[in-house]
Amino acid sequence: MRTFLRERWDLVALGVLAVAPLVVPALGGALGGQVTTLFIYCILALGLNVMVGYTGLVHLGIAAFFGIGAYLMAILTVPMYPFQVGWLAAAIISVLATAGVGLALGAPTLRLRGDYLAIVTLGFGEVVKVTLRNLEQITGGMKGLNPVPPPGAGVKLGGLDLGLAFAIDPRWFYYLALAALAGVVVAMRRLEHSRLGRAWVAVREDELAASAMGISATRVKLSAFAMSSAVAGLAGCLYAGSLSTTADPNAYDFNRSIMVLCAVILGGLGSIPGTLLGVAILVGFDTVLAPWADSWIQQMNINPTGSSLLSFSGWRLAIFGLALVIVMRYRPEGLVPSRRLAAELHEAQP
Amino acid sequence: MQFFLQQCLIGLTNGALIALVALGYTMVYGIIGLINFAHGDLIMLGACLALSLVAALGIGVADAGGMAAVGPAGTWLGIALLVGLCGLFCGGLNVAVDRIVYKPLRTAPKLAPLVSAIGVSFIFMNIGLFWLGPADRSFPELLPAANLLPGDGLQFTWKDLLVVLVVGPLMVALSLLVRTTKLGKAMRAVSQDQTAAALVGIDVDRVIAATFFIGGFLGGAASVIYGLYINTISFQMGFQNGLYAFTAAVLGGIGSIPGAVVGGIVIGLVRSLSSAYVGERWTGAIVFAILIVILVFRPEGLLGRRTKEKV
Repeated sequence: MRTFLRERWDLVALGVLAVAPLVVPALGGALGGQVTTLFIYCILALGLNVMVGYTGLVHLGIAAFFGIGAYLMAILTVPMYPFQVGWLAAAIISVLATAGVGLALGAPTLRLRGDYLAIVTLGFGEVVKVTLRNLEQITGGMKGLNPVPPPGAGVKLGGLDLGLAFAIDPRWFYYLALAALAGVVVAMRRLEHSRLGRAWVAVREDELAASAMGISATRVKLSAFAMSSAVAGLAGCLYAGSLSTTADPNAYDFNRSIMVLCAVILGGLGSIPGTLLGVAILVGFDTVLAPWADSWIQQMNINPTGSSLLSFSGWRLAIFGLALVIVMRYRPEGLVPSRRLAAELHEAQP
Repeated sequence: MQFFLQQCLIGLTNGALIALVALGYTMVYGIIGLINFAHGDLIMLGACLALSLVAALGIGVADAGGMAAVGPAGTWLGIALLVGLCGLFCGGLNVAVDRIVYKPLRTAPKLAPLVSAIGVSFIFMNIGLFWLGPADRSFPELLPAANLLPGDGLQFTWKDLLVVLVVGPLMVALSLLVRTTKLGKAMRAVSQDQTAAALVGIDVDRVIAATFFIGGFLGGAASVIYGLYINTISFQMGFQNGLYAFTAAVLGGIGSIPGAVVGGIVIGLVRSLSSAYVGERWTGAIVFAILIVILVFRPEGLLGRRTKEKV
């Protein structure tokens, strides 16, 4: 009954999101683009959740894989390069290649202790960012690669130029990102209860015991790393597609990685609704709450001198930092916890 | 050849500075197994305090010769005072953070203190942002730029001498403290086995607090030298410098004090040589690529296995 209700709620949410663009005209404008970006971050966070939530490996460089996905997508489709692969094929190739990069990084490093692995992923993130910035001949340096053509460019569907439709109306991308997100959520839910998903959790809870039960810890961790990278790569493809540029390499730096990690931790490690909620909170903070609070402070005339101490957005980092510290202290399982992880975390405390 | 030697000299001085920061990472890691992400930002706050103190103490007004208005003796005294005050500030702050944030998480899974440390680093960065403002700030030149070596070949200025003068004695004092004092013995014991140490009557919490204080003190001293040596500080400097120092600590073998020194000097050399021969903008990538390679092939670091002494 529980499962049934939960799944019904998902369908309701999906239904609301699917109908929204038809009812809310604002979604045909800039807001549509923002919501699309929100969906893309949700996908990215779900990818990170495989590593951090299910398998318990701290990953501090997810943005690097996000970036690799975006740049591969761009390299395969922009006019500057001779490939000009179709959108779907380009997306599939980029996702697989990003997973391959994850495998290549993970294979030698996964036998390291957890906190060393965190540093390896962090270091890798920095290497990727610096490389993207400096290899100007290949990545376009700070300008990034553009224009990434819209999906279905040149394809005609009964008189409708699909590429043109994507380019003009953000709702097309809204639906594409929503479909991708729904697909990822379904896949994650299936994975969670599959043999592999249970092996991830077993390795997280006790690697030694899991190995004793015949689980190859290295292989299981490697698959988590590859899955995580692939999903992040998918998010990167959609990101480059929706902006029609890779943007500059700073979009894929440590800050991005940490913000996504914050979202997963605040929402609830290993919990799909928690992860989605975490992303919604963080994105909502930046795009809704902070501007609103700033304008409120201005209206109330509390801050006539314009000091940054009295602006709300000036405290952004401190608020996130404090949130992380408080959550770790009092509710390490996050806002919408996965029941298994909550039990594990509380057992460890005296 | 002379260019190469000059780069090596720069690398050595830089490396000494990195080593001082790396000690803060390695000591805390050695004793409670925490990668203290906030350490770099702690040093950034130390540099903020140093900048404010330079103005408050009036040693920041340099005349045409580059020497401060208070005279050479006053400048050196002022620098010594800065090192002491910033050291106390960073040490005290580090202990306070340990008390408030990390101590309740001692028995929690390792992820919890690690994430908390990231949170603390954010809070520090925000404080630094208010303290310094969003832009880079220049740190006044307090020392004359005259070359101390004969001839116009190699450059070794007062600034370089300052690094040696501060880092050298601190290293000696630290190794004496760890090797000969009762506190040092207690630190070595706690890093080997906390429960056993507690059983023989060592106050583990006090020893951990002392470790945080010493690590913070060294960081505070490093922050003053950083300001005087690099001459630019910003609220974002903690992340990059902290990472270099952490790389040094891992390279040397995390938890090992001589390892941190060796690692710091190696990273300093790598940085200056790669900036000179490959290009400044690639330095970050090269340093982190080295970090990954070391972790893959020799995770215990250069001196990690040979030294028994771990704090």
